[in-house]
Amino acid sequence: MEAVHDHHAADHDHHQPSGLMRWITTTNHKDIGTMYLWFSFIMFMVGGAMSMVIRAELFEPGLQFISPERYNQMITLHALIMVFGAIMPAFVGFANWMIPLQIGAPDMAFARMNNWSFWILPVAGSMLVGSLLAPGGAAGTGWTLYPPLSVQSGMGMDMAIFGIHLLGMSSIMGSINIITTILNLRAPGMTLMKMPLFSWTWLITAYLLIAVMPVLAGAVTMLLTDRHFGTSFFSAAGGGDPVLFQHIFWFFGHPEVYIIALPAFGVISEVIPAFSRKPIFGYASMVYAIASIAIISFFVWAHHMYVTGIPLTGQLYFMYATMLIAVPTGVKVFNWVATMWRGSLSFETPMLFALGFLFLFTLGGFSGLVLAITAVDVQLQDTYYVVAHFHYVMVAGALFSAYAGAYYWLPKWTGHMYNETLGKWHFWLSLIFFNMTFFVQHFLGLAGMPRRIPDYALQFADFNRISSLGAFGFGLSQLLFLYIVIKTIKGGKKAEANAWGDAPGLEWTVPSPAPHHTFEVPPVIK
Amino acid sequence: MNVTMNTLVKWLSATALGLMLLPGTASAAWQLNLSPPVSHAGFVAYELHNFMTLICLVIFIGVFAVLGYSLYAHRKSKGHKAAGFHENLAVEIAWIAVPFVILVVMAVPATKALLDLRDASEPDITIKATGYQWKWGYDYLKGDGEGVHFMSVLATPRDQIEGKEPKGEHYLLEVDNPVVVPVNKKVRILTTANDVIHSWSMQEFGIKQDAVPGFIRDAAFKAEKEGTYRGQCSELCGKDHGFMPIVVEVVSAEKYAAWVDEQKKKMAAAMGDPNKVWTLDEMKAYGEKVYTTNCVACHQANGKGIPGAFPALDGSKIATGPNADHINRVLNGKTGTAMAAFGNQLSDTDIAAVITYERNSWGNKTGDLIQPAEIKAARK
Ligand code: HEC
Ligand SMILES: [Cu+2]
Repeated sequence: MEAVHDHHAADHDHHQPSGLMRWITTTNHKDIGTMYLWFSFIMFMVGGAMSMVIRAELFEPGLQFISPERYNQMITLHALIMVFGAIMPAFVGFANWMIPLQIGAPDMAFARMNNWSFWILPVAGSMLVGSLLAPGGAAGTGWTLYPPLSVQSGMGMDMAIFGIHLLGMSSIMGSINIITTILNLRAPGMTLMKMPLFSWTWLITAYLLIAVMPVLAGAVTMLLTDRHFGTSFFSAAGGGDPVLFQHIFWFFGHPEVYIIALPAFGVISEVIPAFSRKPIFGYASMVYAIASIAIISFFVWAHHMYVTGIPLTGQLYFMYATMLIAVPTGVKVFNWVATMWRGSLSFETPMLFALGFLFLFTLGGFSGLVLAITAVDVQLQDTYYVVAHFHYVMVAGALFSAYAGAYYWLPKWTGHMYNETLGKWHFWLSLIFFNMTFFVQHFLGLAGMPRRIPDYALQFADFNRISSLGAFGFGLSQLLFLYIVIKTIKGGKKAEANAWGDAPGLEWTVPSPAPHHTFEVPPVIK
Repeated sequence: MNVTMNTLVKWLSATALGLMLLPGTASAAWQLNLSPPVSHAGFVAYELHNFMTLICLVIFIGVFAVLGYSLYAHRKSKGHKAAGFHENLAVEIAWIAVPFVILVVMAVPATKALLDLRDASEPDITIKATGYQWKWGYDYLKGDGEGVHFMSVLATPRDQIEGKEPKGEHYLLEVDNPVVVPVNKKVRILTTANDVIHSWSMQEFGIKQDAVPGFIRDAAFKAEKEGTYRGQCSELCGKDHGFMPIVVEVVSAEKYAAWVDEQKKKMAAAMGDPNKVWTLDEMKAYGEKVYTTNCVACHQANGKGIPGAFPALDGSKIATGPNADHINRVLNGKTGTAMAAFGNQLSDTDIAAVITYERNSWGNKTGDLIQPAEIKAARK
């Protein structure tokens, strides 16, 4: 592996516009990656603020702060913003920054398209947030947008639909870029089966995105024409079927879960070996597991629809297929554990978040397995058990993994080490408050509390109060992350090229911070 | 195979019960498990859930005990040196095969439970549950009680919800007219909806079934214990989704017969005399009641609606324009909006009254008096 020629970088910088125009016109993968990451953090704050409103309303029985309509709008936007505005762009940010560095490419394949796929996002994000101001407010249907409720809603729904179209375009452009980059721009000797797992997960995720984002776009477009142009795709009165929408939505929606989870797996597969000082266990089986999860994810969508009235044979098939996903997922967990086994473990913040991920994501996986069992799911469908389950997968899964990645690569991005003590505080506070918020929600669901309600019966009061307190704590703890990041950008201990001493991967062969241009001469991999 | 499986399920779930505190003994506020079931399907789901949770717990503890040991013993700070291994075919095959076998062990009782749950054949009583925004309508279609029908609306007073009054014991889980069914009879519930998707669910019976407008789905239960059971609409259906509970009273055969009699008498009385001629004041007073149970959620008590979502009736063109348009809107609703057709929910008298009320309340001062006979005529 070769070191980079960073005198080139300085030369190129002269051609860059400065100030705001630098960011608006940039085609540099690192700049764009940075923008993706900041955008996603801002959206995370916005979506997080909404969850604070939700938990404040649920702090005790009765209606206190917001009307039921606004409550429905809050849960809808919270979910749409967190999924499409925060988590997905965060991992695209990681992809932009790290894929070229990991595979020894000078930049992304389509640099200008990369700029566009980013700049669509703020427009789409404003569309979603701005819909709160529309007459009648934002969509209040939940992020699943089920008709006929979504056909009834006001203009906020149209804004959400338009926002989703834009987000879809952005994702597809981003995916085309990632696939092309990985397939064409790998350094000589970097065969696919030598490629770091983070890049592997993104290669597969990008295919998933290209496959399902158009499906979502189709679903919401049909919704739009039902709303305004007199079609009846989803109305029985005109020969349509409301449940058809659910089939299409979840055909997108289930792979979407893995669109979020796979890159998270990728980050974890980088962090765990680095802090175990041992190569990843079962590299090849990891790749096959990712691929099989991706493929199976297309065939399990109706496990979200067990109570819609699908036939018995459908229920049986979707139950078995869903259970099957546990096999490749199990392989991944076992491989991670085996990677740590007889390693030389140290527990810096990225590793702590990776371990937190492993522990809690596995728990979320198990509650998923419980939900896969149709007869049990009938009891738990649309209750807080489901809310608990997917927050274990989305927050403790995807978000913790994003934090692991952020702490792991911050030295490479900023050239400084973050403050380890504060990082550990951030981890422990997040871990404790996360469980306080969401663990008790399993019990609420078991006791029968439906999700998406602004007010509840008295027997649910105690757990809801604990959950709300946990949520406030969790929300506040995330501000600590913002502080740590800003502090690291401004200064701190200088980071070495290999900030962790012996972390594997090409990204650690270039200086920290990574110069504006890297690998203009491809490194040679033996 | 099946017998051993059953014993295994029973044995494991008994242990799980011990672990999880019996819901019967734990106080309701800290309930940690599904509610105690009272039907066969509910019971099967309950045991299955315990069985699944227990297996998951055992695996979870197993895996993380190994990891925990590793985190302790293989620390760099203790000077542990990393080993170099990174694959092992036998191990990798084992942890594909073993989970697969465990899944098969889970799938067997899961399949059996589902077959039990889905059996809606040969019911003693068939009841249609229709979801409306935001209440339930029930029609007893077949079996004892055939012909009984009524609406079931949240009974919790608004003041309790807004915190102006202390909340009662069954806050948000009480209705004016509960569903009543006899004990130990198989009841088939047909679900459908009038406007958007709702979901009829009752945990103790082990059922939850979406109510989809334009379609009919079914679910069945046989309640084995008398008592009052409470559930809630379980599919987001708009503003008052959290305020349309489901209450089922399971009673003895005699009590059920008495209840059916009473209902039939009530229904006959409620039909009213369609040829009676009402005065404006009588109509307005009755109309206000109809308005409060059926319209207030959207159009609000002050008639101002909710801007952007539900129009104001105070000063509305329709509520102050020609009678016929107003009658038509209430009878037939407006498709594609939340304004439902009330023609099939309310009697001629109800509709005449509510329209009279709307035309003579708030700022509306048309002086129009609509008689039930006009509604009857408009239906044709
Ligand atoms: C679920 C909410 C909902 C309920 C309950 C409801 N309405 Fe409406 N109503 C609406 C909506 C939405 C519209 C506007 C439809 C449209 O777009 O024209 C409307 C329109 C109307 C209009 C026409 C107003 C105008 O100026 O356009 C009348 C009259 C009316 N409703 C009467 C009633 C009566 C009487 C009841 C009770 C029996 C009732 N509504 C119950 C939602 C509701
Ligand atoms: Cu409902």
